[in-house]
Amino acid sequence: MTAHSINHLGELENESIYVMREVAAQFENPALLFSGGKDSIVMVHLARKAFWPQKIPFTLAHIDTGHNFKETLEYRDNLVEKLGARLVVGSVQSSIDEGRATEESGFNASRNVLQTVTLLDTIEKYKFDVAIGGGRRDEEKARAKERFFSHRDEFGQWDPKNQRPELWNIFNGKKRMGEHFRVFPLSNWTEMDVWQYIYQENIEMPSLYFTHRRKAFYRDGVWLAWAPFMKLKPTETVVEDDFRCRTIGDITCTGLSVSKANSLVDIIREIAATRVTERGGRFDDRRSEAAMEDRKREGYF
Amino acid sequence: MFESDFSSEAYLNMQLLRFTTAGSVDDGKSTLIGRLLYDSKSIFEDQLEAVERDSIRRGNEQINLALLTDGLRAEREQGITIDVAYRYFATPLRKFIIADTPGHIQYTRNMVTGASTANLALILIDARNGVYEQTIRHSYIAHLLQIPHLIICVNKMDLMEFSESTFNQIREDFLAMSAKLSIPDLQFLPISALNGDNVVHPSANMPWYTGPTLLHLLETVDITSDLNRVNARFPVQYVIRPISDEFHDYRGYAGRVAGGSFSKGDQVVVLPGMKESTIESIDLFESSIPEALVSESVTIRLADDIDISRGDMIVKRGNLPSVNQEIDLMICWFNEKPLNPAGRYIIRHTSREAKCLIREIDFKMDINTLEHNRTDLTIGMNDIGKIRIKTTQALFFDSYFQNRITGSVVFVDEGTFETVGAGMII
Repeated sequence: MTAHSINHLGELENESIYVMREVAAQFENPALLFSGGKDSIVMVHLARKAFWPQKIPFTLAHIDTGHNFKETLEYRDNLVEKLGARLVVGSVQSSIDEGRATEESGFNASRNVLQTVTLLDTIEKYKFDVAIGGGRRDEEKARAKERFFSHRDEFGQWDPKNQRPELWNIFNGKKRMGEHFRVFPLSNWTEMDVWQYIYQENIEMPSLYFTHRRKAFYRDGVWLAWAPFMKLKPTETVVEDDFRCRTIGDITCTGLSVSKANSLVDIIREIAATRVTERGGRFDDRRSEAAMEDRKREGYF
Repeated sequence: MFESDFSSEAYLNMQLLRFTTAGSVDDGKSTLIGRLLYDSKSIFEDQLEAVERDSIRRGNEQINLALLTDGLRAEREQGITIDVAYRYFATPLRKFIIADTPGHIQYTRNMVTGASTANLALILIDARNGVYEQTIRHSYIAHLLQIPHLIICVNKMDLMEFSESTFNQIREDFLAMSAKLSIPDLQFLPISALNGDNVVHPSANMPWYTGPTLLHLLETVDITSDLNRVNARFPVQYVIRPISDEFHDYRGYAGRVAGGSFSKGDQVVVLPGMKESTIESIDLFESSIPEALVSESVTIRLADDIDISRGDMIVKRGNLPSVNQEIDLMICWFNEKPLNPAGRYIIRHTSREAKCLIREIDFKMDINTLEHNRTDLTIGMNDIGKIRIKTTQALFFDSYFQNRITGSVVFVDEGTFETVGAGMII
């Protein structure tokens, strides 16, 4: 009776598109948080599929730490032009200049945590009532507890012990004035699913994900990209080798892998063989056992 | 290891199985999940190192695999699971999503949540204790939520000298207890999660057991008939109107097929207006497809101009759902504030929203004895009962037994907007 069967990628795609359409139906002013990383690129692709031939009904919002890979910004600007979408940029530098956020100091200084301030300010400034994020439950143990529709109070805080039950595919996006939602359409995807989907759909990716020559240094078990503003410890030296990014975030905390993968199939093979989680390369998560939970409570992505 | 398989075309054709786990605090549920993840090579080195560090810091003598699944600080501190956590693993045959739900009595709502999307439930029984109250409760919820497949894992067989008669006795007890419940597919499995017997690898300690291992069952259980493939239902989620030069007159109804299938040319009826039309096209991104199956997200265009908006439902002619404002349902309550028999609630059903009044509370279920209590009708947190409601506008529904999507509703508090209850239409 069935003309075709649905594989797991199809199942995930159907679910994510359903979630995106619920967002468009239940909220008035949605933003899609776009970082230029693979998860947000897949989200944009899903949004195009969900609403075609209409333009995507979301504003793209980029929280810019100022410490970007230049490739990320190029990719972002091309995409925005292709989609004809509206882009707003929240700048961490401005938050610092306005005294709303304080720059960290020391060797592990990162603007990653500061993004929370800028993110919440951006949501408030543009009156977004929902922000769609690319967070996945397989990334990290606090994220494993996250809902598809995640309620935030008027301070942008997440209360993990008091979340709304989420049953079947019924999503409750009702909220009071000043509150907002975070929605995670990729909740059930794993890193492997994301890459398999990119391969299946033949989605164009930023060059950073593929092997390239780069200057980097090794710190506490992680390769970090070198940039002129980064402080090195006396024992650390900058070397040049073939690297690729496994995740793309702020340059100060994005881990690199030594890799010669230069095609999607190479990347998939590499991930299948990898014995370390992708966030194992994210310096920001290594700060403490509950680093992610603490940041999320305050309103992080 | 599965490296070679993951990069082949076979991976692109894997099926997805969602399952939930239930057991009491010490039945070894977290250990079992840890074992499945560990033996299927789904735990990464940095995760294992973190758990090792943590186990040592806590003075545990062995690696405490439970720490893998407890994600919140409070959970790790108190050694309990508070909320549903989702876990993922894959083998070359299937991708799995585990809804790991807490076993405490006050957390019935979490099990109901995890069960609502599950194809399969694993219920753990401690071989030393056999079938008791909690087992009945977990089985009842699996039945109430109509999880199609149920596997009873008799765990800690190592502590009962891997005794076949112990296993058989527990199976008999379970069958006697569950006679009242409708469980379409039921299997029993003797395991030791701690040592891995019959989890991923067959056990040398139980030669009398010749059935499949747990992982083999999970990989092969037939889930193709878990969804309703007969009664075509399409709740309209969103109306797509590009209003552009290229697609000037485009008007598409976006949604996810909630039952059966739709094909181009099908004669359809649109509820509530009962207007008839024909499917002109089923669109999926830049192409159109001949048929959309249950669970697919597509956009349907009709041959006629009909006024259709979110909350309406497209069905096939000659196969209509029930259309009614008076609805009987089983309800599970989630909120500290009990169900108010004189109150009004927002009700969400497919893409439709209405308000409802409570007409009658028929009984409260004693989920430890499966008896109906008609004297105490207070439906408090974690209680399950049978009620009748009246909605402000008609819902288009099937019984939950026939269709888990068109047969389910969620209750939302009008003041706080919290999700306070879940209902399964009878």
